[in-house]
Amino acid sequence: MNQRPDLDSAHIAATEPPTAAAAIAAPAVVVPAAPPKQTSVFAHARYVIAENPVTGIAFGLFVLIALCAIFGPWIAPYDPLASDTLAALQGPSAKHWFGTDQLGRDILSRVMVAARLDMAIAVFSVALVFALGGLSGTAAGFFGGWTDRIVGRIADTIMAFPLFVLAMGIVAALGNTVTNIVIATAIINYPLYARVARAEANVRRDAGFVQAARLSGNGEFRILLTQILPNIMPIMVVQMSLTMGYAILNAAGLSFIGLGVRPPTPEWGIMVAEGAGFIVSGEWWIAFFPGAALMLAVFCFNLLGDGLRDIVDPQRRT
Amino acid sequence: MTTTLLDVQDLTVEFMTRRGIVKAVQHVNVTVAKGETVGIVGESGSGKSVTSYAVMRILDRAGKIADGMITFSGLDVRDAPEKEMRDLRGREMSMIFQSPRTALNPIRKVGRQIEDVLLQHVQAQPSDAKEKAIEALKRVRIARPEERYHAYPFELSGGMCQRVVIALALACQPQLLIADEPTTGLDVTTQKAVMDLVVELTRERGMSTILITHDLGLAAAYCDKVVVMEKGRVVETAAAATIFRDPQHGYTRKLMRATPRLGVTLRELLPEDAPAPLAPAPMQEESADKTPLLVVSNLVKEYPRQDATSTLATFFRKKDQLPQAETFKAVDGISFEIKRGESVGLVGESGCGKSTTSMMVMRLLDPTSGIVTFDGEDIGSIPAREFAKSPMRKRIQMVFQDPTESLNPRFTAVRAIADPILRMSDIKGWAAVRARCEELATQVGLPLELLDRFPHQLSGGQKARVGIARAIALSPELVILDEPTAALDVSVQAVVLNLLEDLKHSLGMSYLFVSHDLNVVRLLCDRVIVMRSGKIVEEGSAEGVMDSPKSDYTKELLAAIPHPPL
Repeated sequence: MNQRPDLDSAHIAATEPPTAAAAIAAPAVVVPAAPPKQTSVFAHARYVIAENPVTGIAFGLFVLIALCAIFGPWIAPYDPLASDTLAALQGPSAKHWFGTDQLGRDILSRVMVAARLDMAIAVFSVALVFALGGLSGTAAGFFGGWTDRIVGRIADTIMAFPLFVLAMGIVAALGNTVTNIVIATAIINYPLYARVARAEANVRRDAGFVQAARLSGNGEFRILLTQILPNIMPIMVVQMSLTMGYAILNAAGLSFIGLGVRPPTPEWGIMVAEGAGFIVSGEWWIAFFPGAALMLAVFCFNLLGDGLRDIVDPQRRT
Repeated sequence: MTTTLLDVQDLTVEFMTRRGIVKAVQHVNVTVAKGETVGIVGESGSGKSVTSYAVMRILDRAGKIADGMITFSGLDVRDAPEKEMRDLRGREMSMIFQSPRTALNPIRKVGRQIEDVLLQHVQAQPSDAKEKAIEALKRVRIARPEERYHAYPFELSGGMCQRVVIALALACQPQLLIADEPTTGLDVTTQKAVMDLVVELTRERGMSTILITHDLGLAAAYCDKVVVMEKGRVVETAAAATIFRDPQHGYTRKLMRATPRLGVTLRELLPEDAPAPLAPAPMQEESADKTPLLVVSNLVKEYPRQDATSTLATFFRKKDQLPQAETFKAVDGISFEIKRGESVGLVGESGCGKSTTSMMVMRLLDPTSGIVTFDGEDIGSIPAREFAKSPMRKRIQMVFQDPTESLNPRFTAVRAIADPILRMSDIKGWAAVRARCEELATQVGLPLELLDRFPHQLSGGQKARVGIARAIALSPELVILDEPTAALDVSVQAVVLNLLEDLKHSLGMSYLFVSHDLNVVRLLCDRVIVMRSGKIVEEGSAEGVMDSPKSDYTKELLAAIPHPPL
């Protein structure tokens, strides 16, 4: 089914020079007559969301999480660290929507404020691995040879460990700080980025436009930066969104087992860990709400990744 | 009186797209009688494939039959339940697709794939399926069918794969065969063999065939009736014998005119109402400098052949026991020259080494041995990786085969044309570079308002112009044209070929024109070199080689080209 009517020809034939205008393959007729105009990314995004409303929902969730991350401390109804032993272990109510924990802290406020820390860890680690993995993977795919072997073996070595255990080891060895969580999360995601970038760069290595760039006098390194990288960027952005959820989960997981962020800092993983002991006694809300926030965040980034892929590459749509 | 097998009345097919509903096919009427071969001819986007998909009812999700009737031997295809259609496809009507290799399952033996079809439609029992599959292979003239039964598609050549696809399509003795560009991508001699086979097999069984093609010559040679489509509409339907002698519709006439054939000049390919070309610049007579621009002597390119010796065996054997690594010579000691202002055609079928030769001359690939001399300087010894920095780089440029693939999708047209100027010329400052790009765009007939568009917003012909503008940006002395029109429709091809001819005269360039299409080469070239399996089999003036070929191979190539009866 490769013979889809090509809409682009519709507005293009009109501008073909006179000699060819008479000769060019005529366009399919568009009903209603669409004015020739460039499609903006925005229009395309609107089309994708209309086709797949789940992407719209994911985008809405993303905006909500981003708002909490940016304005959390100002819009939270209570101080997330202020304990009030008189109000400890209260279930969800009009006063405390998500209930209170064993020290009487408002869970809603803590969940909102925690968004910033969790998102920050995820964003920084993904940005770090995007830069490192993307660049080295692209170089590996484009140059091949020794570059490829070195990058490939580094990725294989990392993949050889159970990734969460590797992250635990890195944090335990480097020291129990947020920076080290970012580093550990970046390292365990490295193979994913390096491999995707390598594969994408490799297929474009001798593409026509790369050969043409060689003819134009571009050196190999310049071709890598100006021809290859911009073309694999969309795929890498999709990859970023898909791994973002994983990065959040990883950060929360480390905190859950007591590495990285320490109490009383509000963080989803710690909150779930603290609440876990109370589930048996019926105080389910302490662990439930931060857990739900975590789940929604992961969910939202995965769906967003799917939606982004549709925008970037409609053919791979499922 | 012949009976009608397929009757398509007033067919309209719509596609839902993000820019609204598009009518890909409008009010199309086609009838196919029993035993008749009908050709549907048109350029890309004319709706010829969509029509056939509608007949098989395999339109994709976005498309639907909006209006009209399709009747296939009494059955209403449009409203038939899906189950009935599934039964019909393969057994009553089947299809041959454009690229045989992608139509076959790459990890299943071809014999098994034929069995699958036979079993699916209860044409064979598991006990005798293998026998029948071998029988089917035998019918499409595959040598040693018992062995080929076990072959995987990648072990077969393109022509072989297409035979297997034909065997699949004919396995259940369907009444209607739809062949969608069955020979695109095949060599001209293979094309002839495949088409002869299809016609013979369908005739002897009284089957009907729909041949979908962009090639008027092919339609004329093999069809009883021809339907010409343009913009989703049928513009003319007539018997093949009459339509080419006496085309009624303007579009048919234009298509006929644009098809390269014997005895026409390049100018005659353009429509009658085309503006007269610029007065041809006075031919710059060869200056006193008679040294050839490019001399290639004894050029060889070897590739290591993948041999059966495993790495493990290599490890355990002693050095002197190792079998000599076998090599495959893609280019096997060829020598030729190109003079200043001359166009030389390099012709041959796929795998003959013509592209490898052009890549080596282009200095994108290092030769194994041999000398490439450009304007007296040995450029063959400069490694390909370093040639980008050589001052010779800007004197040899290239126009690529696929205009789409050779443009960076993230660069606008002006940025693509500017790339060589920015890297290798003395023009500094974006305003000056842009002015030069506009000058080049005017030269190649690209409207200036298109300069800020991205490749996907340009048509095939416009992309070809961008590629040509980029190649001539540095006023090179030698331009290698690697099948520059292979991906274009005939009418666009006519315009681009004329443009190349004009540019050659006005800029005084030499061309090395790499092509498989002898008719096109004859139009553009002064001299022709015919290659086969890495060697030159014939060389001479274009007229000489075309009109009185000396080698058998050239004769075979020329004989295989289908000609419309004019």
